[in-house]
Amino acid sequence: MKTDIILSGVGGQGILSIAAVIGEAALKEGLYMKQAEVHGMSQRGGDVQSNLRLSDEPIASDLIPKGHADMIISLEPMESLRYLPYLKKEGWLVTNSRPFVNIPNYPEIEKVNAELDRLPHKVVLDVEEIAKEAGSIRAANIVMLGAATPFLGIDYDKIEAGIRHIFGRKGEDIVNMNLKALKAGYDLAQSLR
Amino acid sequence: MEKHLFLGDEAIAQAAIDAGISGVYAYPGTPSTEITEYIQGSPVAKERGIHCRWSANEKTAMEAALGMCYAGKRALCCMKHVGLNVAADCFMNAAMSGINGGMIILTADDPSMHSSQNEQDNRVYGNFAMIPMLEPSSQQEAYDMVYSGFELSEKLGYPILLRVTTRMAHSRAGVVTSPLKPENQMNCPVNGRQRFILLPALARKRFKSLLVSQEVFTKASENSGYNKYFDAPNKDLGIITTGIAFNYLSENYPDGFEHPVLKISQYPLPRKQVERIVNECKEILVLEEGYPVVEEQLKGFLGKGVTVHGRLDGTLQRDGELTPDAVGKALGKEIQSYYAIPEVVEQRPPALCQGCGHRDMYEALNEVIAEYNGAAKVFGDIGCYTLGALPPFRAIDSCIDMGASITMAKGASDAGVFPAVSVIGDSTFTHSGMTGLLDCVNENTNITIVISDNETTAMTGGQDSAGTGRLESICAGIGVDPAHIRVMVPLKKNYEEMKSIIREEIEYKGVSVLIPRRECIQTLTRKKKASKK
Ligand SMILES: Cc1ncc(C[n+]2csc(CCOP(=O)(O)OP(=O)(O)O)c2C)c(N)n1
Ligand code: SF4
Repeated sequence: MKTDIILSGVGGQGILSIAAVIGEAALKEGLYMKQAEVHGMSQRGGDVQSNLRLSDEPIASDLIPKGHADMIISLEPMESLRYLPYLKKEGWLVTNSRPFVNIPNYPEIEKVNAELDRLPHKVVLDVEEIAKEAGSIRAANIVMLGAATPFLGIDYDKIEAGIRHIFGRKGEDIVNMNLKALKAGYDLAQSLR
Repeated sequence: MEKHLFLGDEAIAQAAIDAGISGVYAYPGTPSTEITEYIQGSPVAKERGIHCRWSANEKTAMEAALGMCYAGKRALCCMKHVGLNVAADCFMNAAMSGINGGMIILTADDPSMHSSQNEQDNRVYGNFAMIPMLEPSSQQEAYDMVYSGFELSEKLGYPILLRVTTRMAHSRAGVVTSPLKPENQMNCPVNGRQRFILLPALARKRFKSLLVSQEVFTKASENSGYNKYFDAPNKDLGIITTGIAFNYLSENYPDGFEHPVLKISQYPLPRKQVERIVNECKEILVLEEGYPVVEEQLKGFLGKGVTVHGRLDGTLQRDGELTPDAVGKALGKEIQSYYAIPEVVEQRPPALCQGCGHRDMYEALNEVIAEYNGAAKVFGDIGCYTLGALPPFRAIDSCIDMGASITMAKGASDAGVFPAVSVIGDSTFTHSGMTGLLDCVNENTNITIVISDNETTAMTGGQDSAGTGRLESICAGIGVDPAHIRVMVPLKKNYEEMKSIIREEIEYKGVSVLIPRRECIQTLTRKKKASKK
């Protein structure tokens, strides 16, 4: 088993929490994992990405080679496209549909959607809407994680355990909110597949 | 045996704690910051009273670390690559004195400049100071190197430079830790003065000892388990890797290496193994993250003798970090992408947060600066406020190194530039702006200094800032006339007042310090969250 994932979004959207939860889950599953992220400049509203690699064998590189990613998980539609050169031919793109507009020249969303439409395997969903229904818009990143879970090759309950581990010190309410968000994303992606 | 998921930085921090350090000394800087932060949050560090407060800058940090090692205890000193420029004076001379308790100096280099102003390779400093260096290829190796590195430092009698790069510092992997060791007892050196007083007569002896030690350091490298030789049948090429370049090479050979490979993670170069690969292989390819340090050493000035490929002959790009693809290409492998980046994708540069006080400072400053029809020059500095260089502000004319805003504005003022304005952050001011301010005061330079005070070190994630609450008294103590130290609150409703103060102080012929003060909203939010818990 070997899964290479690119996580992308805009600084502050919470892709690093997604990575942290998957990381904990992978560790519990006894998998090897490497996860490279960029801190610093890029976190003030710039584009952020993280390379996440899971495998049942030792992993060499922290970075994913071009054309190797099994999936791109993105919290922002334009950002999901930025990393397409890394996607495998049969790879999946799972992205939030709602644009994050903090630049004056953000493209027309129709053009972004047209590019998404051209891809053979994608799931596009409004995670913020789902998160709101599940209780808090702040858990949009975890809804996205839920939607991506069926592709990860990690058991759902291990991801749940990862959430408990990462959010545990923030209190039971936050944990439950995130578990609910996870479930909502998971159910929806299952129904779309 | 416990397995943890650690960032490279966290692995280094945990290893230092487990190795029995009594202090970490550091000034924040990406990608090194998380090391000290991890130790600050560690229960063991708290229980043991391990020193972990931020220092004012990298030089004060390294000197304090050296002092702790003088007293026989173990200390870790961390900085980003450019921080070693600031600490270089101590660094070069600590290589002369040597240490007593073990000392590891960590440099976190940033090839590709993810968040830095250059991509200097601090292995050059290691060679310059002639001390041993370690360069891990994995988080586990980073842990092990630090865990055993203090002992190595004590055995050799010299500080050790540990070099990581962004992809090691900021990448997570599973790490197995080792048992916690006790701290060293305080134990000042018996004949310490012979070593630690670098008067010329004594220093000459120390330098000779350092020269003699080179052979010992090389032997240590040759016998180091971190330097590994992998033999393989096809000897048309031999490949030398350093640090994480080894991983990118392995990625390209999932079923085993085709050519002999020498993996280097401890310096000086292990002569025996380098000789072997050069003798056995027709040509050499060097894969290293950063400058062509090893490549240049092998090639020699005239490039005669060994045929060496790498960054110098264009086999690999001369600048930027390595990637598995760049290494694959250098090996002649085909890199296949199935989808291109669509044209609709635009750049998304970082920006000052909405509601940030630096924004209001720039809004007011820009309006006054515009009144001088292009004559005014604004010398910027390093921090969040450097983003004032980008639209919509385009407010600064320079950003070179920490503290340079004040001294460059001084030099420009000396040359006749008026208005000469400096914009500097509070943490940068106490890092290395204060001495420049003294120069200005001593000559009563016609200069206006804006210390944009957000009461934190925001750029690197909101660490404590050394001068918080005392900036006015620091400036007055340095000799700025208190009538020209003007505090304001950077908010839209205060623009008119701010503008008139800025105008007045620019027109004042002498040193004025303006302090727009409002807490960073990110730090404020974090504090609020923390107090709710
Ligand atoms: C010599 C050196 N050390 C560390 C850094 C990393 N660094 C960049 S800006 C900065 C601090 C900025 O703090 P401050 O001046 O208060 O500005 P703020 O980001 O809070 O606006 C640091 C530590 C650096 N660029 N150079
Ligand atoms: S982190 Fe703080 S100082 Fe930096 S841009 Fe945001 S509000 Fe301003």
